[in-house]
Amino acid sequence: MDIVNFIFSGILGLIPDPVGSFFEGIGSWSVSAGVVNFITMLLEALIIIIVALLNVIILIWIERKILARIMDSRGPFYVGPIGFFQNIADGAKLFVKQIIIPRKVDKFGYQIAPLIFVGSSFLILSVIPLSPGFAVTDSNGLTIPGGILFAFAVFAIAPFSILVAGWSENNKYTLIGGMRSAAQMMSYEIPMLLTVASVFLLVGSFEFSDVVSAQQNIWFGIPLFLGLIVFIACMIAEVERIPFDLPEAEAELVEGWTTEYCGMRFGFFMFTEYMRGYAGCGIATLLFLGGWLGPDFIPDEIWFLIKAYIVFLVFIFIRGALPRIRTDQILDLGWKRLLPLAVLNLLIAVAIKAAGWI
Amino acid sequence: MAEMWINMGPQHPMTHGLWNLRVKVDGEVIVDAMPEIGYLHRGMEKIFENKTYTQIGPITDRLCYGSSFTWNHLYCMTVENLMDLEIPERAKYIRVAAIEIQRIASHLMWIAAFAADLGLLTGFLWAMRDREIFIDLLQALSGSRLTYNYARIGGVTADFPPDFERDCIRAVDYFEKKMPEHESLYDSSKIFHMRTRGIGVLSREDAINLGVTGPTLRASNAKLDVRKDRPYEVYDEIDFEVQCHTDCDCWGRYRVRMNEMRESCKIIRQAIAKMPKGPVRVKTPLIGPARDAIGVVEDPRGEGIMYVIGDGTDRPYRLKVRSPLFVILSAAKPMLLGYKVADVVAIMGSIDVCMGETDK
Repeated sequence: MDIVNFIFSGILGLIPDPVGSFFEGIGSWSVSAGVVNFITMLLEALIIIIVALLNVIILIWIERKILARIMDSRGPFYVGPIGFFQNIADGAKLFVKQIIIPRKVDKFGYQIAPLIFVGSSFLILSVIPLSPGFAVTDSNGLTIPGGILFAFAVFAIAPFSILVAGWSENNKYTLIGGMRSAAQMMSYEIPMLLTVASVFLLVGSFEFSDVVSAQQNIWFGIPLFLGLIVFIACMIAEVERIPFDLPEAEAELVEGWTTEYCGMRFGFFMFTEYMRGYAGCGIATLLFLGGWLGPDFIPDEIWFLIKAYIVFLVFIFIRGALPRIRTDQILDLGWKRLLPLAVLNLLIAVAIKAAGWI
Repeated sequence: MAEMWINMGPQHPMTHGLWNLRVKVDGEVIVDAMPEIGYLHRGMEKIFENKTYTQIGPITDRLCYGSSFTWNHLYCMTVENLMDLEIPERAKYIRVAAIEIQRIASHLMWIAAFAADLGLLTGFLWAMRDREIFIDLLQALSGSRLTYNYARIGGVTADFPPDFERDCIRAVDYFEKKMPEHESLYDSSKIFHMRTRGIGVLSREDAINLGVTGPTLRASNAKLDVRKDRPYEVYDEIDFEVQCHTDCDCWGRYRVRMNEMRESCKIIRQAIAKMPKGPVRVKTPLIGPARDAIGVVEDPRGEGIMYVIGDGTDRPYRLKVRSPLFVILSAAKPMLLGYKVADVVAIMGSIDVCMGETDK
C-alpha cells in the first residue's frame, strides 16, 4: 500500500502552521512512521471491507437470480435494475429491527460469538490478494508470510464461535446446531488441508503470490483435478452451504445456531456466510485455477473475480440440485471418501513433482 | 450430551400444521417419541350434528387443506348411502376424475413439502409449479382453488365447463412428460437415497397392527387400496394398478406416491374417455332416514371413513370421521426410534401430515 502511504504523508505534511511550534509538533507527529502506519492499516481494513461488501452483494444477487432460474422462477426484480438492490432493501429491513436478547442466554458468549464469527471471516480476506498489486503488504511490500496457512487457520475459527453461540443461547436446537458444527469440522478440515498440502508440494511456498506465479504454464486444477473436486466439496462444508449446512438446518433445527439472534446480528451472520463463500471461492481460484492469470485485455483483478464467481456458480448449482446431508453421513463422507481421495491427490502431486513435470 | 426432550412443534417447520412431536434424544439419536395432537381441533363432529345435511357439505371441505375434494366427496357418498340414492353415471365419472386430479395435486404438495424438508428447495418449487395446473383444473370445475365444495348429495354441482376434457388431457400429457424431470431430481441424487433408504422402517406387521393405511401401508408391502378392494363410484370399471413397495422405508413411500401419480393420470384418461352423456345431479330429499350408513374412500393419505347416523330429521344424529393420519401418527414412535434427529423430518415428512383431518 505504498500509494496510500504516499498520499497520507503528503496530505498530513501540508497542514498549514500559522501558530507555531505546537502545530509543527502535531504536523511532524502526524507524518511519523507509527501514525502513518496506523492510518494505513485502517484504510486497508476499510478497503477490504468495501471490496467484500460489494462482492457479497453481487454474489447474493447472482445466487438469487441463478437459483431462481434453476427452480423455474424469476428471482427478485422489483427493487432496482433486475432486482439488484433487493439485498440492500433486505439489509435495511434487518437494520431497523429491534434487537432482542433473550433473558436466559449467557450474555458474554451470546455477544462475543458474532464478533468472533464476523471478525475472523473478515480476517481471511486480509490475506487473499486480488492481484499482485491488490494485496495487503507491509511498508516493504511484503505480504504476510505463510498467507495460505493463515487463511486456513482463520477459516477454522468460525466453527468455534458457532459452538459458543449455540451453547450460550440456552436453546436445545442451537445447542445441537453448535455440536453439529464442531462434528462437521472434524470431517472436512483434514481432507481439505491435505489437498492444500499437494499444492504446497508443487510450489514449495506458503505464499499466494508464489502459488499463482507457479501456475503460469498450467493451472494446478488440471493435473490435480481430483484435488480441486475434493477442495470444492470441503469448501462447501467449510462455508456451510447445502448440502452441508447441517448446523443451521432450517427444517429440523429451525435455522440451528442462529435461532436466537435477530435483527442485524442475524443479518450479519447471513452476510458473513456469503463472505466466507466468496473467500472460499477466492482461495480455490488462487490455489487451483491460476488466480489472476489470464490474457491481458482484462485487468488481473477482474480475472480473479470472474474465476471466483464461476466457482461460486458451481456452489449455486450444487445447492439447487442436492438435499441436505445428515450429520453421521458427513462424517462418513469426510473420512471414508474425501480423505482417501485427498491422499490419492497428494500422491499424484508427489508423482508430478518427482517426475519434474511442473 | 445427556438425554433430553425436544419439542418439535407446535410451531416448527417440520410439523406441516399444528402439532407437537416430542422426541427424547441421546446426542442425536432418538430414544423416545411422543406425538401430541389437538392444537387444531375445531369440533367438526359436533358442528356436523347441528347443521342440516346440505349445510355440512362446505364444512367437510375444511377437513383437509391438502385434498379437500376427497373429504367433500366422502361426505356426499356417505349421505347418499344413508338415503339410498343412486346418482347418475356421468356424475360418478366426473367424481372419479376430480378425485384423481385432487390426488395428483395432493401428492405433488406432499413431494414439495418433503423436498423442502430435506433442504431441496428446487423440488419444492417444481412440484408447486406443476400442482398449479391441477389446481387450475379444479378451479375451472368448481370456481375455487382450495375448498371446492364441488360434490353435492346426489351428484356434483355442475357439469364440466366447455373444453374441460381437452384441458384435462393436456394437463395429464404435460404432467406425464414432466414426471421424469421430477424423478430425476430425486432418483439420481445420491444424497436423496442416503436420506431416505432404510430410514423410518415400518414393518408390514407393525403397519397392519397399528392400523396404518394408504401410501404408508402400501410402502410397507401390503397391497391394500380401497379403490380396488371395495370399489366405490366407478372404480371397478377402471383399469389401474395398486402400487406397493417392498422397502418399508421413506424411499418406498416416495416411490409409491410417485407411481400413484402415474396411475392417477391413467385413471383420469379412462374416466374422461368412458364418461357417458347425461345429467350430473338428481333431486334429493332433505330429510335422512333413521338408520346408519358408512362411506369408505381412499384418501391420498390413507383410508377415510365417515359413519353417519340419521334420526329421521334433516340433521344427522352423529357423523363420525375416521381420519387416516390420526391413526398413522400413532405409528410415529415405532418409525422414529433409533434414528437421528435429522431423520425426523424425513420420516414425518414421508407420511404426508395434514392436521386438518387429524384434529378435525
